[in-house]
Amino acid sequence: MIYRECGVFKPTYAKDMAIFPIPLDRWGIGVILFVAFIVVPVFPSGLWDKILPWSKDYCLSSIFVLFLIYSLATLGLNLLTGYAGQLSLGHAAFMAVGAYAGYNLSARLEWLPLPLVFLGAGLVTAAVGLLFGIPSLRIKGFYLAVATLAAQFTIEWVIAHVSWISGGSVLGTIDTPPMKILGRSIDTPLEKYLLTLFVVVVLTIFAKNIVRSKIGRAWMSIRDMDVASEIIGVSQFRYKLLAFAVSSFYAGVAGALIAFCYLGSVQINEFELLLSFWILGMCIIGGMGSILGSFLGAGFIVLLPIFINQVVRMTSGVMPSDFLSNLELMIFGGMIIFFLIVEPFGLARLWMTIKDKLRLWPFPY
Amino acid sequence: MNQKKEPLLQMEDISISFGGLKALNEVSLEVYPEEIMAIIGPNGAGKTTLLNIINGFYKPDEGRILFEGKDRTRMHPDHVAALGIARTFQNIALFRGMSVLDNIMMGRHLHMNAGFFSQGFFWGLGQKEEIKHREAVEWVIDWLEIENIRKSPAGMLPYGLQKRVELGRALAAEPKLLLLDEPTAGMNLEEKEDIARFILDANEELDYTIALIEHDMGVVMDICDRIVVLDFGNKIAEGPPDEIKANPKVIKAYLGEAED
Amino acid sequence: MTFFIEVTISGLLAGIMYSLVALGFVMIFKASGVFNFAQGAMVLFAALTFVRFLEMGMWVWAAFVVTLVAMIVLATAIEWIVLRPLVARPPIILFMATIGLSFFLEGFGQGIWDNQVHGLDCESVLGIPDIPAGWLMEKGLMISQFDLLAAAVAAVSVVLLVLFFQKTRTGRALRAVSDDHEASLSVGIPLRWIWGITWAIAGLIALVAGILWGTRLGVQYSLSMVVLKALPVIILGGFDSIPGAIIGGLIIGSAEKLGEVYLGDYVGGGIENFLPYLLAMVFLWFRPYGLFGREIIERV
Repeated sequence: MIYRECGVFKPTYAKDMAIFPIPLDRWGIGVILFVAFIVVPVFPSGLWDKILPWSKDYCLSSIFVLFLIYSLATLGLNLLTGYAGQLSLGHAAFMAVGAYAGYNLSARLEWLPLPLVFLGAGLVTAAVGLLFGIPSLRIKGFYLAVATLAAQFTIEWVIAHVSWISGGSVLGTIDTPPMKILGRSIDTPLEKYLLTLFVVVVLTIFAKNIVRSKIGRAWMSIRDMDVASEIIGVSQFRYKLLAFAVSSFYAGVAGALIAFCYLGSVQINEFELLLSFWILGMCIIGGMGSILGSFLGAGFIVLLPIFINQVVRMTSGVMPSDFLSNLELMIFGGMIIFFLIVEPFGLARLWMTIKDKLRLWPFPY
Repeated sequence: MNQKKEPLLQMEDISISFGGLKALNEVSLEVYPEEIMAIIGPNGAGKTTLLNIINGFYKPDEGRILFEGKDRTRMHPDHVAALGIARTFQNIALFRGMSVLDNIMMGRHLHMNAGFFSQGFFWGLGQKEEIKHREAVEWVIDWLEIENIRKSPAGMLPYGLQKRVELGRALAAEPKLLLLDEPTAGMNLEEKEDIARFILDANEELDYTIALIEHDMGVVMDICDRIVVLDFGNKIAEGPPDEIKANPKVIKAYLGEAED
Repeated sequence: MTFFIEVTISGLLAGIMYSLVALGFVMIFKASGVFNFAQGAMVLFAALTFVRFLEMGMWVWAAFVVTLVAMIVLATAIEWIVLRPLVARPPIILFMATIGLSFFLEGFGQGIWDNQVHGLDCESVLGIPDIPAGWLMEKGLMISQFDLLAAAVAAVSVVLLVLFFQKTRTGRALRAVSDDHEASLSVGIPLRWIWGITWAIAGLIALVAGILWGTRLGVQYSLSMVVLKALPVIILGGFDSIPGAIIGGLIIGSAEKLGEVYLGDYVGGGIENFLPYLLAMVFLWFRPYGLFGREIIERV
């Protein structure tokens, strides 16, 4: 049996509640972190180019960083929608808030150290999220989803029209100020990658702890049966708003990361409604109510166009970009429907099912 | 004997209407500490509504509710829970996406005080509390003899076990008043005896005060100290089981007029 | 003063068109409890198909009928592939499925036809030029003939729908289904047939809306975004109310136009996008189920 769960006894509750109780899981995560933090940076670029069709710098700046940022954003949405059961279609707007807050903090308070810039961006977004979460106290389901759309449009408009926020130039690009930590500047793809990786790992650990704690349970109780949850003593007011605040914090940090580490600039049209749907899609495909799912879903979506590109190129040469983008839309929509029908807990559950099978393999039962 | 003590819960002249239908009409009752009290009556008598009012889910149109002597009539449900009132539901309100363990841990929700960051970093108070309450929950799991299903998702359990888990969740809250809505509904004889034993033990060993709604007269007569009978929103009788059994009004409510 | 009337009427006319799109939502919600986010994609698909047939030389009415058939086929396919497997799931899952469906349809529609913008000339297609109506100009009001026609078409469609729901047997069956699926089944109402009809009607509405809106905005991707205008309408009016969709549409339409004209200057313009939503939100706070929506009573 490769994947052993039985025979692994936990003598104390503390051990049973550890973040990865199964030794193989611990090893797996250890390996992934090792590869991410050490192997990737150290891997020689020349060798990289030979193995993959893209250069190392391109992979770092356009694929890995994007994957990490989307994972973080999806994680935020997952906390709100997958765990607390509050459907939100305005996630992209909160990311925009984070991006612009980060920009303004960094540009106007030049002495502010970078970690505080990101923290500040997250906190500002959390406050905004709190505000737009208030409708959730009165309305649920579709109505709430539409209320979050209101948030999306309102925030878009406010950012675009309040020049104090947008630096006066709505259509033009505002470049983000250069980043420095402890005097050392951060501008190579590798450095941006490591920064993003670090932020995402820390916030993921935090999220994983939260969802297994009293707060996570309270959220899930609201999701599963909010009336009963209230009668048991869970304050809907406090926990729903907390969900919006935390989720928005994550969105805000993701938005700031996009501005600083991915685009190098802040533009409102990067954060339009369509992005909200992409992230919701990542959430669904990856698995709602699952931390791992957020990463799987984001990975799937980030890799999808690359994958389609490669397949199309291999089978029939060049295709018009329209065709490719339409194909992407169809696959995206189709996958959402597919997962909702077949496996509503997404790729994460699929992965758990595979693990289940591995538990017994090679024995048949 | 119990009547000598101060009542834990007092409902005075409670009335409530839904649309044009008067569900409860000036109902008054008391629940005394450490007793098992049953609320019985034909379907539609307003029993669950009564419980819902106690929980704060509905606000009565008229009347007062006093808990431990203080007026609690218009409290929000989550505040009512904080007073020490726990509940099980007629149609099982387990959180289906969560495991049995997590469901019962929900019962400890109000006892857990760790702050946001303490839980996020799982250190300090957050970690200690989680462990301490896990012990309490494991005790309940032991007591209810459901150790083998503790990690199962609650939604996948058979009906009888779900009801037992729901009882566990209510017990884990260590409430001052335990409200049970038809705890033996839909069970076979064996399951009923099990649940009845647990309820009796909760009262005798753990000194819980219990008010329950029940349709199974056998269970009611066996385990309850006092019975309140409702019919069409009115209280028509109150007293120990022997009196109620012989009360002509009660018999009429259940069986209709005797034919002459 | 006449300017004010002009703006209001123009807003009301636009409002009727919003109502039409909103009705597509209400229809499906009433019959299957699903909030069909893909309505906008259906509008786009219908408009695209119609336009392309026209460009291929078909006569207007022929193109209309053929597209209608295509929409019915599409509706049936949707019901079969997407809805049937999800029948027992919570509504939020169905809603998310329609989001996926929306993306799929957009990609599919544009994949079959193409991504270009297609003009739909109201003069040649519908025979009505987009010029101010003469008889109104005499009264000092400048309102396009086409706008009037569009509003009239929309109004007629709405009336027909209401009659259908209230007076016909199928309409009654639809209302029963929207109330309680299982009860309807037990009375012998063929659920799947009803759903098929509902989606087909929604498809028809999408086609009409697509033609009207397509003429105004051009047939292109952004047409599917007209659905976003219809949402505040439904919030205001209630998700399952036909009169609500109508009145909500009128309110939103006029508020949007009036707001844009009279308030726009103060705040820098561009508020027509979020003003309807803000309005809907304020409304929601005081009347969580809209003007005419049915309140959902929770039982424990």
